[in-house]
Amino acid sequence: MRIYALMVLLFTSITSISQNCNNSLSGKVIDLHDGTALKEAMIIVAGTEQMVVTNSDGTFTIPNLCNQTYAIQISHPFCSTIGFKIKVDGDTSKVFKLEHHLEELNEIIVNGKSQDTKLNSVLEETISKDKVEQFSNASLGDVLNTISGVSSLNTGNTVVKPIINGLHSSRVVLINNGVRMQDQEWGVEHAPNVDVNTAENITLIKGAGALQYSGDAIAGVIITEPSKVFIKDSLYGKTLLSLSSNGQGGTLTSKLTKSYENGWFATIQGTLKRYGDFKAPDYVLSNTGAFERNASLRFGVNRFNYGLEGYYSFFKNEIGILSASHIGGAEDQVRAINSTVPLVINNFTYALNNPKQDITHHLARIKGFKKFDGLGRLDIQYDFQQNHRLEYDIRVGDDADKPALDLVLKTHTLLVDLDSKLSEKITLKSGLSARYQDNFADPSTGVRRLIPDYEKYDLGVYGISTYQLNSSWLIEAGARFDYTYMDVFKFYRTSFWESRNYDVLYPEIVVEEFANQILTNPEYDFNNLSATLGSTYLINDDYKLFFNYSMASRVPNPSELFSEGLHHSASRIELGDLQFTSEVSNKLSLTLQKKSDVFGFSIQPYMNTISNFVTIEPTEVEQTIRGNFQVWEYRQTNAQLLGLDIDASYTFATNLRFNHQFSLVKGYDRTLNEPLISMPPVNTTNELTYQNPKANNLKIALQSEFVFGQNEYPNNNFEVYIPETENWELVDVSTPPDAYHLLNFRSSMDFSISKSSNLTLGFNVTNLLNTSYRDYLNSLRYYADDLGRNFSLNIKFNY
Amino acid sequence: MKTIKLLSLSILASLAFTACSDDDEASEIVNEEEVITTLTATLVPGNSTDTITLKTQDLDGDGPNDPVVTVSGNLAADTTYEGTIVLLNETESPAENITEEVEEESDEHQFFYAISSGLNATTTYTNFDSNGENLGTEFTLTTGAASSGNITFILRHEPKKPNTGSEDAGGETDISATFSVVIE
Repeated sequence: MRIYALMVLLFTSITSISQNCNNSLSGKVIDLHDGTALKEAMIIVAGTEQMVVTNSDGTFTIPNLCNQTYAIQISHPFCSTIGFKIKVDGDTSKVFKLEHHLEELNEIIVNGKSQDTKLNSVLEETISKDKVEQFSNASLGDVLNTISGVSSLNTGNTVVKPIINGLHSSRVVLINNGVRMQDQEWGVEHAPNVDVNTAENITLIKGAGALQYSGDAIAGVIITEPSKVFIKDSLYGKTLLSLSSNGQGGTLTSKLTKSYENGWFATIQGTLKRYGDFKAPDYVLSNTGAFERNASLRFGVNRFNYGLEGYYSFFKNEIGILSASHIGGAEDQVRAINSTVPLVINNFTYALNNPKQDITHHLARIKGFKKFDGLGRLDIQYDFQQNHRLEYDIRVGDDADKPALDLVLKTHTLLVDLDSKLSEKITLKSGLSARYQDNFADPSTGVRRLIPDYEKYDLGVYGISTYQLNSSWLIEAGARFDYTYMDVFKFYRTSFWESRNYDVLYPEIVVEEFANQILTNPEYDFNNLSATLGSTYLINDDYKLFFNYSMASRVPNPSELFSEGLHHSASRIELGDLQFTSEVSNKLSLTLQKKSDVFGFSIQPYMNTISNFVTIEPTEVEQTIRGNFQVWEYRQTNAQLLGLDIDASYTFATNLRFNHQFSLVKGYDRTLNEPLISMPPVNTTNELTYQNPKANNLKIALQSEFVFGQNEYPNNNFEVYIPETENWELVDVSTPPDAYHLLNFRSSMDFSISKSSNLTLGFNVTNLLNTSYRDYLNSLRYYADDLGRNFSLNIKFNY
Repeated sequence: MKTIKLLSLSILASLAFTACSDDDEASEIVNEEEVITTLTATLVPGNSTDTITLKTQDLDGDGPNDPVVTVSGNLAADTTYEGTIVLLNETESPAENITEEVEEESDEHQFFYAISSGLNATTTYTNFDSNGENLGTEFTLTTGAASSGNITFILRHEPKKPNTGSEDAGGETDISATFSVVIE
C-alpha cells in the first residue's frame, strides 16, 4: 500500500507548473466504516512539501494551491496510509475516507469484553496506561491502591494484596488477560502473581455483579487487559527503566509488537525487577529485597468476524520476608512489640535469606472467537495455569535449605461465552465454564502440610441481560449457578481430631490411622447461586445514577477448611473447620456520578450483608514446648460492611487540577456485635496536578495521603508469663497504629526523538518528608516501621 | 474453513481438559522432622545420690494437648548439681536426638536459665560453642537455702553472641520450658 502511495506521489509531483496558486483544498477525513471523523490524520501534498494535520472534527485546510491535479498522502496512526489524486479547481472541498481499524480491534483482540462495559449498573473504575506505567516498579496491589475504596493488605512492602471495600483474598477475583488467576490467593501473604507491566489497563468492578467472570467475587473483580494491536503493517514497542533509591534497585521492562495488515500479530514482553533491602526512615529492613523475572508472548490473527489468539506468560518472584518478623512464641512477640526497633537489623544486602518466598506461575491460554449473523459473537477459551509456591523458613541442620511449604496448584479451565443482541434494546451474555484443579503439597518438606492434597471440579453457567427501557433508563439482570466438587486427602493430628469431636461426627471419612495422625478423605459438594439486578439512570448530560444489587456465594477456601497448626510468620496457631458451608453476600450499591470538564465527582455508598462470613479470631493460648502461642480459630458468623467511596476533581485553571478521594468502611460482626478485624481505616488522598502541554507536556503533581487510625477493632490482646522477669505481660496484638500523613511528588516530561519515537523522563519522590509510620493493614507492623523516603527516576522510550 | 479451525481448536482444548484428570493416589504421611517433643534436664548432685530429672513432653507438638511436665523430686539445699539437657523428637521411631543438632550448630544456639527470685539457686555454663561462647546444654546448678520457685530453660536460635542474658540476646525461641521446684 505504501508503495502505491509513493508511486502516485512520484508520478504526479513532476507536473508543477506555476500559475494562479491562491486556491485552497479543504475537507474532512472520516472512517470508511462508520463515518466518524478522524483527528490527527496527517496530509502531505506532493510537490509543495505542505503538511497539515486534521482537527478534532477531522477537518483540514491546505492553502496556496494552484489549479491542477495534486497527489496527496493521508496517514493516521490507526490506519493504513493511502494516496489520493485530487484536481484542485478554485477552492475545493472533498471528504476522504480511510479504513480505520481501531473500532474493529476493540472488539476483536480483547475478547469482546475488554473494551465493552463489563457491568452497566456499577461504576467501573479504570486505571489508565499512564498510571500503570507510573507503577511499573511496583505491584498490582500498589496500582489498585490508587482507586478509592481499595486498600492493601501487606506483608512488608513487596507482598501487597488488594482489599476491595474491606474484603480481600478469596473474595477478590482477578481476571488476568481473560484468565481467572488460580495462584493460592487464599493466603493473606500470597500476593497476586501478575506482572503489572503486562497490563495496558486495569478495571475494577466493586461487588459481585460481573457474573460472566465468577459468582463468588464478594469483594469485587479486577480485570487486567493487554494492549490493543492495530491491523496494519507495523513494528513498535516500548522500554521502561525505573531506578529507586530505596531498595537500591530497579525495574526494566520492555515490549515489542509486530503486526501485519492481514491481521496477524505477535507481542513479546519481559520484565526484570531487582531490589535489595528496603529502608524505613531510621533503619534497614533486613531481608526485604525481591527478585522478579517475567516474560510473556502473545500472538494471533484478528479479522473482522473471527480471530484466534495464543498467550503464554511466565512469572517468577523471590521475596525476602523481614528477618525481625520470624519469631518463636508469645514471649518473643512481647519482646518484638515492646522494642522500638526491629530485633534484627543487618547491613544492606541484595541477598535474600530465609524466611523467603519463591513463586513460579505459568499461564497458557488459547482462545478464538467467531461472529455469527443472527446469533452473536461466540468465544471459546482454554487455559492452563501452574502455580508453584515455595516458602522457606529458618530451619536447622540438614533441613536448612529445604522449603517448609511446597505447593503445586494446576488448573485447567474451559470457557464458552456467547454475546448476543436479541433486539435493538436487549442484549444477552451467556456462557458455560468448566474447571479442574489439582493441589499437591510435597511431603518431602518434612513439615506437615498447611494445605492438604485435593482435587476440585467446578461447573458454571450464567446469563446476563440488559434492557434499554428508554433513552435514560437501562435495566440489567443476571444469574449464575456454580457446582463445586472437592475431593480431599487430609492428615489430622489424632489429638486434634478427637478434641474437635470429629471422631464421633465423621468416622466414615477416616482412611487410615497412624501412630499420632489420621488420614481422612473429606468430600464436598457445593451448589451455589448468584444473581445481580441493577439499573442506570441518565439524569441529564452531566449526571448519572447507578443502582445495583448483587448476591454472591463463595465456597470456603482450603485454609478456612483445613488449617491445623502453627502459622510461623504470624506466630500463632491457626485452626480451620471442615464443617463450613458457603458464604453468601448480599450487596446493595448506589453511585451518583457527575461528569464535566471543570467539576466532576462520584459518590458511592454501599452495604454488604454477609451470612456465614468466615472470620478468624483468637480463642485461647496454647502451651507448647516451644512456648505459648495464641490460637486463632476460623468461625462463621453474620457480618455487615457499610461504606462510602468518594472521588472528585476540580479544574481551577487551564493547567491546574485538584483531585480528591475519600474512603470509609465499617465492618461489624452482627452475631457478636463487635467490629471486624483488619478493616481499612478511613483514608483520604488529595492531589494537586499541573500539566503544560506546551512545555514538553510537563506534569507535576503533589499528593497528600492521610490515613486515620482505626478506632473500631476487636480486642484480641492476651497476657503471657515471662519467666525472666516473673511478670505477666500484655501482648498487644490489637491496638492499631496511629494515623499518618505522607506526601508524594511526581513529575514527568515528554521529548520527541523522531517521527515515531519519543522519550518520557519522570522523577518521583514517595514519602517526601521521610515520615516514620506503621500501617494497620501491614502484618509486619508489630516488628518494623513502613518504608522511608524513596527517589525514583523513570525513563520510558516509545518506538 | 474458519469454523472448522475453531471447532478443531475447541475439541483440542476439551481433550486437554479431560486428559489430565484423576491421578488418584492417597497422600503420603509427613512426620515433622524438626519438632522437639521432649526436653529432659538431668541434675546429678556432687555426692551422686539423688539424681533429679526435670522432663517436659509434648507429643502432639502444636496440637491441642498441653505438654506433660514431671519433676522427679525435690532438690537438696546447698548442693552443686551437674546438669545435662537432652532434646528428643519422639514423633519419630526411634526417637531422634535433637541435642546433637544443637551442639553441631553450637554458635547458632544458646540455652538460658531463668530462675525465679524466690528460689535460692544459681547456674553457670559448663559447655561452650566453637567460638568459646556460652552454649549451655551442660551447666551446673548450685542450690542455697530451702526455698521454692520456678526454673525455666529457654533455647534460642540465632541469638546475639556474646550477650548479657536472654533479654539482650534476642533470637528466636525454640524452647521455653518451666519447672516448678522445691529446695529442701
